[in-house]
This record gives sequence, C-alpha cells and structure tokens, in this order.
Amino acid sequence: MKTLRLALKNLLRYKRRTLLTGLLITVGVVAVIVFVGLSGSFKQAIVGQITDSVLSHLQVHRRGYLASIDNLPLDRMVSSRAFDKLSGVLSRDPGVKAFSPRIKFGAMLSNYAQTTNARLNGIDPEKELAVVPLLATRVKNAARKNPLLEKGEVLLPEVLALGMGIQSGDTIVLVANNKDGSVNGMTFRVAGVVEGLMGPGGRDGYLHIDDAVALLRMETPEISEVAVRVQHFHQLGAVAGRLRGALDLLTNEQNKPLFEVHTWNQLTPFYNVVRMIDIMTLGIKMILIAVVLISVLNVMMMSVYERVREIGTLVAMGTRPGRIMALFVAEGFCLGLVSTLAGAAIGLAVLWMLRLTGVEVAFGGANQVFSLNPTIALWEVLSAALIVLGISVLASLQPAAKAARLEPVEALRHI
Amino acid sequence: MDIVIFEEVSKTYRMGDVDVAALRDVSFAIPQGAFTSLVGPSGSGKTTALNLIGCLDQPSQGVVTVAGRPISGMGRREGAIFRGQTLGFVFQDFNLLPVLTVFENVEYPLLMIRNVPKSQRKPAVDRVLAAVAMEDQAGKYPSQLSGGQKQRVAIARALVGNPALVLADEPTANLDGNTAHKVVELMKSMRDEFGTTFVFSTHDPRIMDQAEVTIHLEDGRLVPGSDSVKGGPS
Ligand SMILES: Nc1ncnc2c1ncn2[C@@H]1O[C@H](COP(=O)(O)OP(=O)(O)O)[C@@H](O)[C@H]1O
Ligand SMILES: [Mg+2]
Repeated sequence: MKTLRLALKNLLRYKRRTLLTGLLITVGVVAVIVFVGLSGSFKQAIVGQITDSVLSHLQVHRRGYLASIDNLPLDRMVSSRAFDKLSGVLSRDPGVKAFSPRIKFGAMLSNYAQTTNARLNGIDPEKELAVVPLLATRVKNAARKNPLLEKGEVLLPEVLALGMGIQSGDTIVLVANNKDGSVNGMTFRVAGVVEGLMGPGGRDGYLHIDDAVALLRMETPEISEVAVRVQHFHQLGAVAGRLRGALDLLTNEQNKPLFEVHTWNQLTPFYNVVRMIDIMTLGIKMILIAVVLISVLNVMMMSVYERVREIGTLVAMGTRPGRIMALFVAEGFCLGLVSTLAGAAIGLAVLWMLRLTGVEVAFGGANQVFSLNPTIALWEVLSAALIVLGISVLASLQPAAKAARLEPVEALRHI
Repeated sequence: MDIVIFEEVSKTYRMGDVDVAALRDVSFAIPQGAFTSLVGPSGSGKTTALNLIGCLDQPSQGVVTVAGRPISGMGRREGAIFRGQTLGFVFQDFNLLPVLTVFENVEYPLLMIRNVPKSQRKPAVDRVLAAVAMEDQAGKYPSQLSGGQKQRVAIARALVGNPALVLADEPTANLDGNTAHKVVELMKSMRDEFGTTFVFSTHDPRIMDQAEVTIHLEDGRLVPGSDSVKGGPS
C-alpha cells in the first residue's frame, strides 16, 4: 500500500510522459473493448440469423445424406420407422427444446407462363417455427403469419418470385419426380415470399409437409432432415455429443449407424466468418499486448535511468533490494491500472453510445439489414484489464531488477 | 569503545588498465560519540573512506569494523539491513525525494526501511523536525526550501531512526559559509542531544575546527598524528 502510494507519486512526477503513455494504453483498451463488443454482436447477429431462420442449431440426417445434400437426394431419406426411433431419442434428451422434420426436394415451378427450378422444404409450420423462430420475420407479403402456411400453399424465395412476377395469392404448379422417377404435379396458392439469405438453405421455398408427401407420392412419409433447437445455445456441443452417442446405437442391418448429427457450424460456410472475427479479435489483443509491453518498458527504463542517484540514496539509507524492485514494479502496475480503468470506462461508454445510435450492417443481401446491439461480456472486459495489468507488471520487471541491482556507490556518483 | 576501526585498509579502483589507489594502508579508530571530521584535498580518499564505513563498498585489503561488525562479506540485503538499523546518511546534494513533503521525507526510513507502525512514526518525525527547527515546514516540498533548510531536513531524516552513526560526505559543500557553519553547529548539537557519532568530510578549514577528532588524508594516506582527540564527547 505504502509502496503503491509512493509509486503513484513518482508516476505523477513526469506528468506529460505518464499521460502520453497512459493515453496510448487507454486507446488500446478502448480499441479492444469496442472491437470485441462490435464483432461479438455482429457474430451473434449472423449466427443468430442463420441458426434461427434457416438451419436451426443442429440437424440429423440419414448417414451419408449431407455429402450429397446439394442434389437433395430422395434415396437417402429417414424412413418412418427410423424417424419414430429418432423422435424418441430427441424427445427424451432434456437439452432439446424442439425438433422439426423436413422433406427437402427439387421441383419444377411454373406460373403457366414460365418454368423454373426450385428447392423446397416440406415442413410442419408449427414445428418449424419452434425450431427456427425467425423464419417468420423473413416472410413478406404474407396473407397470414401464423401458421406460416397451410396445406395447399407455398412460400416462394423472393428472388424467384420477383423474377417470374409472382405475387402472393397467385396460383402456381409444382412438378416433381419421386424416388422411383415418376412425375407428379400439384397446384398451390402462393402464401408469401421468403427473403433470401446467403448460405445453404437461404434461397429455399416452403410448403406443408403433407403436401410434400402427396406430391412425392410417398406411401409412408420419409424425412430428409430433422432440424433441432437446443434449450441453451452454449450447451450445443454437449447436446450434440449426447445425441451422437445415443443415435450411434441405432444401426441398420449392416450394423452401421443410421444417423449423422451436424451442428450449425458444420453446415454453413459462415462459420469461417465467425472464425475470422475470432482471429481478428486475437490479433487486436496481440497489438494491445505489444503496445503495453513497449510503452511500459520504455517509460520504466527511462524512469530508472533518470533516478539513478535517487535509487542510490534509497539503497544507501538501507532500503532493501526487494523493496526497490517493488517500488518500480508498482509504478508500472499503477500506470497499467489507471490506463485500464480509463480505457474500460471510455470503451464501455463508446459501446453504450453505439447502442443508442444503433449500428446497421447489411448482410445476406441488400434487403437484409441487421441492427447490431453492441454488448460485451464482463469477462471480456476483465480479460482485457488482466492482460494490461499482467503485461505492465511483466514489462516493469526488467527495469525494476536493474534498479534493485544498482551499486549504491556508482549510483550516488551518477550525475 | 570505538565505533569505527580501520586496520591497514587499502582500496584500489580499477580504471581501464590502471589501478587507482584511493586508500593506502590506512588505520584509525573513531570513538563512539565523537564529532569527527575527515579532511583532505579533493581526491585524497575521503568519499572512499566514508563509503567503506557506510558498508556501501568493500575494502581491497585490511579490515573495517563498524559498530562491532566487520563489513567484509556482507551481502546486498544484509548490508541494507545493517545500514537501515545502524547508520544515517547526509549527502552533499541533500538527496531528498522531490515527490515527498518534508514530513514524508523524514518519515521514509521509518516507513519503508524499518516498518515502524504509524502511531510511533509521527512522534518520532515531529521530534527530529523540532530538533532541526523545521517543524513548521513539514508540509512543504523540497523544491520550496533553501539549501540550508534542505540539509536540516536531511539531518533530521538521518537521525529519525536513532542510528549509532551518521555519515555526511561534504554536507556543507553546496552551502554558503554562514549556512555551512550553522549546519555543522546543528550536527554538533544533535550529537549532544542524541549521543550519535557524526563523521563528516570537508575541505573547508573553518568547519574542520568544529571537530573533536580529525582524520587527515592526503593522496590516500593518513597524515601522521591526525586522529587526535581534541576534546572528548560531552
Ligand atoms: N569508482 C572509482 N573508480 C576509479 N577511481 C575512483 C573511483 N572512486 C574514487 N576514485 C579515485 O580514488 C581517489 C579518491 O577519491 P575520493 O575518495 O572520491 O576522494 P575525495 O572524496 O577525497 O575527493 C581519486 O583519485 C579518485 O579519482
Ligand atoms: Mg568526495
């Protein structure tokens, strides 16, 4: 305590230098906090959008489905019986909040004037909304919102509807091949359009699962994928592990597991964006470390050099080497502490102001604008503070040791 | 009893390729409580001798005994502890800590070296500040004081821990004649009040006269008959 007080007094001795160095560290801390806050909320926004409106948290397929998901194969489906077993496993797991079976297929779409290809999901609207609640926010010009659609209706991807001049309420025809290759067609009423989103599944249309079963002429319904929402996102890994363990016990005649489980990050390339952001965060923290290390080291070395005679005096009077060392380490620590406190205060204030003014980021198409809510976890602030304090102490060690090793006779002779 | 004993002490400094003999075969003793001056021209070895007494340096040859302890072989930490307990220092340039007030400067040895509790520190500091007549300047910073005042504070700082011995290397060199005289008078009265042995170096003849024991050095050698006792400690 007394050491800290004396250290603080010595710091204030060279006001301008201390202020400049402190300011440098403060700016570094502010940069880290603002960046972590912004990037964290950006991450959360895109991950949230992708998982909550398209993919869901994790998906279960028949083993081998994902490898050819781009063709939407109809010969790698989950049979009714297998789905019943799967449902049993999913409903028993306490970490699973909801799950929704999907039939994914490709179809020809015609509005009697033009024809095109569409990728479609047959869904149970209520189950689907429980798994991807934000899907409703992507539906435009809907005749009704809840349920998303009813039997006999489709939601078409926006780009496709725009291109073909299809409006809500129009009638269209869907023609699809079933597993055996025979063709079937049905007419549907367009219930609305779905805004597109980048990434897999972002440009799909939707129809009722019963209609999909009818269109594909399935004798017993078969399922392409089961989308699963977990209770708590941070427990996703644990739940996925548990499900893999339980599902691996369900095997086919060849004694091979029937199912495969993938979490959202294995399903979308946007996981790489998230990783990039994490790497950038790490980078900016490294810069902070370098700034603190260099500036504190510099200030402390100057501090020792300028006070050689004074150190000699203290040693001559009987101050022990350990205390001399502590005095200088405390000086570096105080510099780090004050700068961190200032940086944390300013950084949090900036984040708060950004929250008030709002930050808008376009993502996944020009019409998809996110309003970011910059926040930062307490532990992120603490970790930045600990980095600065730790590095400040570390950077002071060498100059402090030099001070403690000074020969008093030489030091007192020093001009 | 002799508080300082030099027995055939030599000190050689190595400067590049040449050895500089700062002290050559010097023997003397300083009785406890003596008001002692180390005199001699510049370069005669006064600072070297004081550094040896102050355990800041080691002799090249011979034995230096301070307060009954040979100083050879004392480690850095051990030396610091010994100095903190036994010695007080007064410097030519006063060497007060600029960031501390007069009171805090005098308090420093008790606070940072001897770890004296707060309740005992204040009376001890007040007592020595009163003794050097600086009690009404206690809140000032060194930069607000004159040279003579600074040296009085430095003397108070040297005395606050009740050391057996105070060492002062040219304490009056940066003071004008009148002030120098007063500072020496003050040291002498402190000796009288606290019984502390004072050893100070000087080449000012008017100040040498104040000493009871004079150790005369020239070119690193003791001038014969110099450690004469002019009158015992009162
Ligand atoms: N650290 C040192 N390195 C080399 N020579 C030194 C050193 N300290 C003192 N000397 C030499 O020793 C001699 C005595 O010096 P010093 O004790 O400082 O004398 P004084 O204090 O009487 O002026 C001088 O010749 C000086 O140059
Ligand atoms: Mg000298």
